[in-house]
Amino acid sequence: MSAVVEASHLTRRFGDTTAVDDVSFSVQKNTIHGLLGRNGAGKTTLMQLLTGQDFATRGDIRIFGEHPVENSGVLKNVCFIKESQRYPDDFKPRHVFTSAPWFFPNWDAEFADRLIADFRLPLNRRIKKLSRGQLSAIGVIVGLASRAPLTFFDEPYLGLDAVARQIFYDRLLEDFGENPRTVILSTHLIDEVSNLLEHVLVIDEGKLLVDQDAETLRGSATTVVGTRQGVDAFVADRDVLHRDGIGGLASVTVGRLTPQDRARATEMGLELSPVSLQQLVVRLTGSNQTETVLEQSA
Amino acid sequence: MDDSRPIFVQIAELIENDIIAGALPEETQVPSTNEFAAFHRINPATAGKGVNVLVDDGILYKKRGIGMFVASGARKRLVAKRRDQFQNEFVAPLIIEAEKLGIGEAQLIDMIRKEGTA
Repeated sequence: MSAVVEASHLTRRFGDTTAVDDVSFSVQKNTIHGLLGRNGAGKTTLMQLLTGQDFATRGDIRIFGEHPVENSGVLKNVCFIKESQRYPDDFKPRHVFTSAPWFFPNWDAEFADRLIADFRLPLNRRIKKLSRGQLSAIGVIVGLASRAPLTFFDEPYLGLDAVARQIFYDRLLEDFGENPRTVILSTHLIDEVSNLLEHVLVIDEGKLLVDQDAETLRGSATTVVGTRQGVDAFVADRDVLHRDGIGGLASVTVGRLTPQDRARATEMGLELSPVSLQQLVVRLTGSNQTETVLEQSA
Repeated sequence: MDDSRPIFVQIAELIENDIIAGALPEETQVPSTNEFAAFHRINPATAGKGVNVLVDDGILYKKRGIGMFVASGARKRLVAKRRDQFQNEFVAPLIIEAEKLGIGEAQLIDMIRKEGTA
């Protein structure tokens, strides 16, 4: 496997705000990556840097082994679907789909037509008159039908209803199976996408917090529930990610447990429950209580 | 795809269940990795990992250019494996819970018999 994206010590400052702070990672070919983080964490800035739409203050970027900025050889293989995509005032969806093949050599018009029908997108209405969800559908269709070897979806489904989101996930998986490519998906609906992801990047306040495969991350935290005494005894020498309590009961989220740990917890009468990716990201990026970060080797 | 165990382990188990139940008979082709991924709405790499577990165990085998097939004798071996697990995963917890509730051995056997005839 080879790296499609390589970022090293990437930093982007705006005045005295550091939007992206010394971020290094690489993205392997033909994987679906999740780029997760809170509002203003630096996700969009990072994607703008990677797609050559913004300039790094420091650090180096390689996309398909080359610099992306003003590099048409690289950029024709990259599709960036932005949440806030703007179109010319009198544009209609059909104009978007007619012009898309000019930019994307792998454009599949038949696939686009199928998606237009799936999303029930009116082709001849002015884009200004479309609903927020329909506007998002245009982006999703372009992102899928472009079949770009490297596709970025930045929060692609603002306003999309649950049915439309499910169509997006299903078509993405189907088409990914037939036409493997590299997808980087930034979203706040983590629970919905967690099973689609092969690798997860979590960014907070410009810093890369997690860079790990999704499978490893899944089992990397557990919530222990029981009497305060029992829970305290069990978590005494562990890193605590989060702590909740009510009366004599405590609920504490800790890192990875070994089978022996689990057996001990059961013996002590404590309940263990898995922590979903969404909960984990909330715990990691949530508040200042979160002093300890999961060790990367976990 | 609902518990804390890795998804690929769960996928492997689902395929095993289908083989044990006879839904996937021996020497028949199993769905492709992409079909598994689309059906369960999971990443194809994860589905592939689940399938590979079964290939490594000799439950499935690859026919080059055609796909994955259920090996001969796979069902028998899976049933034997599951019987071993049954002891640890069902019988042992049953006895622990029975002890907690003060259910004696004779009473427990009695309860199992009653359940069996019901």
